[in-house]
Amino acid sequence: MEKRKGNQPTQLLEGLCSFLRAYIFSVLSIGPMPRHIAFIMDGNRRYAKNRNLEDGTGHRVGYLALTNMLRYCYELNVKYVTIYAFSIDNFKRRPEEVQSTMNLMQEKIEGLIQKDSIVNKHGVRVYFIGNLKLLNNSVKISAERAMKATAHNSKAVLSICMAYTSTDEIMHAIEKSCKEKQDEFRILDMSGAGYGLIGLGGIGTDNGKSLINLKDVEEHMYMKVAPDPDIIIRTSGETRLSNFLLWQSSSSLLYSPRILWPEIGFWHLVRAILEFQRNFAYLKKKPKQSLVGLLVVNLLISGFVLVLCFLLYRCMHGSGLIFLVSLPLMW
Amino acid sequence: MGSHGPIIACFSGLASLLKFRLAATSNADGAKFPEGLKRELMPKHVAIIMDGNRRWAKNRGLPVQLGHKAGEEVMKRIAVKCSELGVKVLTVFAFSTENWVRPQEEVGFLMKLFEQVIQTDFNDFIRHDMQISIIGDKSRLPKSLQSLITTAEESSKSNKGMRLFIALNYSGRYDITQATKKIASKVRDGILSAQDIDEGTFDQHLETSKIDFPNPDLLIRTSGELRLSNFMLWQIAYTELLFVEKLFPEFNEGDLLEALRSFQRRQRRYGGTQVY
Repeated sequence: MEKRKGNQPTQLLEGLCSFLRAYIFSVLSIGPMPRHIAFIMDGNRRYAKNRNLEDGTGHRVGYLALTNMLRYCYELNVKYVTIYAFSIDNFKRRPEEVQSTMNLMQEKIEGLIQKDSIVNKHGVRVYFIGNLKLLNNSVKISAERAMKATAHNSKAVLSICMAYTSTDEIMHAIEKSCKEKQDEFRILDMSGAGYGLIGLGGIGTDNGKSLINLKDVEEHMYMKVAPDPDIIIRTSGETRLSNFLLWQSSSSLLYSPRILWPEIGFWHLVRAILEFQRNFAYLKKKPKQSLVGLLVVNLLISGFVLVLCFLLYRCMHGSGLIFLVSLPLMW
Repeated sequence: MGSHGPIIACFSGLASLLKFRLAATSNADGAKFPEGLKRELMPKHVAIIMDGNRRWAKNRGLPVQLGHKAGEEVMKRIAVKCSELGVKVLTVFAFSTENWVRPQEEVGFLMKLFEQVIQTDFNDFIRHDMQISIIGDKSRLPKSLQSLITTAEESSKSNKGMRLFIALNYSGRYDITQATKKIASKVRDGILSAQDIDEGTFDQHLETSKIDFPNPDLLIRTSGELRLSNFMLWQIAYTELLFVEKLFPEFNEGDLLEALRSFQRRQRRYGGTQVY
């Protein structure tokens, strides 16, 4: 992430926002916290179109939103973050757009390798998840370099899904498992022990039981580097998975705020986590957490913010109004 | 002039009668199809997670069994309505592989309820020309239920109307795993090579295979829970998901129409740029 070269008041405000976030996070941590959040970053192109910006600008602004969200997640101790950066389906788009997206991704991947990058600052290990063979050579090489450069990081994991679809991931896992078993059978057949194994495998209901099980397939999934996501957030109001983490999403909370990806901010993450906490009880088969409890949390947060704003106003003798207006923007 | 008068009157009378008849037909057609819905934008395959029966019963201080009974009545009406609206496939999530952990009494009641539904309600479905299939691991169901299922599937095999899939002891991961095992057996037996396995191959081995529209266009989940709970996972890759606050026994035909209207307003891009 680019360092902000602000003047002192800007830096002071940043520090204040950071402190406020830390307070809110400590209040949120009273309840269960998600371990893994996944993002479908939808809406970059619509954002650019709505503002009559050039093609590709939406993705750049979207990248800034991503770095903010990553920062908030790591401050919150969310150990695993997964993002849907580029689907295999996205290759269907206009070649110029695909190329421009690839260029942007390569630029940002190279940025991740820098010592002061957000991933190195927070000790994040990066994985590129997907059918990387479909990427052009330079992007593939950059991705491999980034994975190597962050391999020693151990505080958190960032999974970047590129040239990915869930159905492709599942197919790849099954193909690999079958191929492994095929090789095993070939060896056994050659040694004459194959008949025994087929006998054990049986033909009727036992068919396939001893051959392949769930574990075999899961071991070959690209996403074995992370547990199943607790929350999947898709922006722009669309409620569909678009072939993202289908296997892993079985128990995930699906949260779909209407805002476009470049508009996502801190409060959307807080709301997603509150929704997660409200529904957490469902998974544990307990009565849903009362809304009163959540209201108390909300009031604590809002009350603190109001008091702070009031103190600022008093200290600045009215000129604090400028800071009050800029506070939500800085957020 | 005078002699043509009655003939002209006759013809114009006939013409207005014809016009009236035509108008009546189109009105009847128009009246059949609900307002705000376009026939050509109807989803071909609708899937429903029928959640909330137990909560509905608990909210009214009733035993959970009555909640399931109420849910069953709603399911019947929704299935018939979907069939009338021209939906080609309806899949309902009746019992998950994960539901066995519920109290034995409730599970026992549910199994009996499923038998009852097959013996009585299915006749209604068959009268609407529906083709019924049960998907899921049937081997774990009571033997009596299994034989009823076989009979029901056989007797509706040649029907030409809506395909009704009832997911019993089903889950998305179960479906993917059983397809994997079938493929693995074929690889072992030399029928398939590991390199030949692709998404198309896989589609053909899922329990929803061999039909024209195996993947839901729209998935509705009632009771406000925002998750898939291990329902069809492979098949819902591009499905529009709709979460409804109401508990399933409260979900009525009006809610179904509203869900369909909401679906028809959505823009589906499948990862590309063109809106379908």
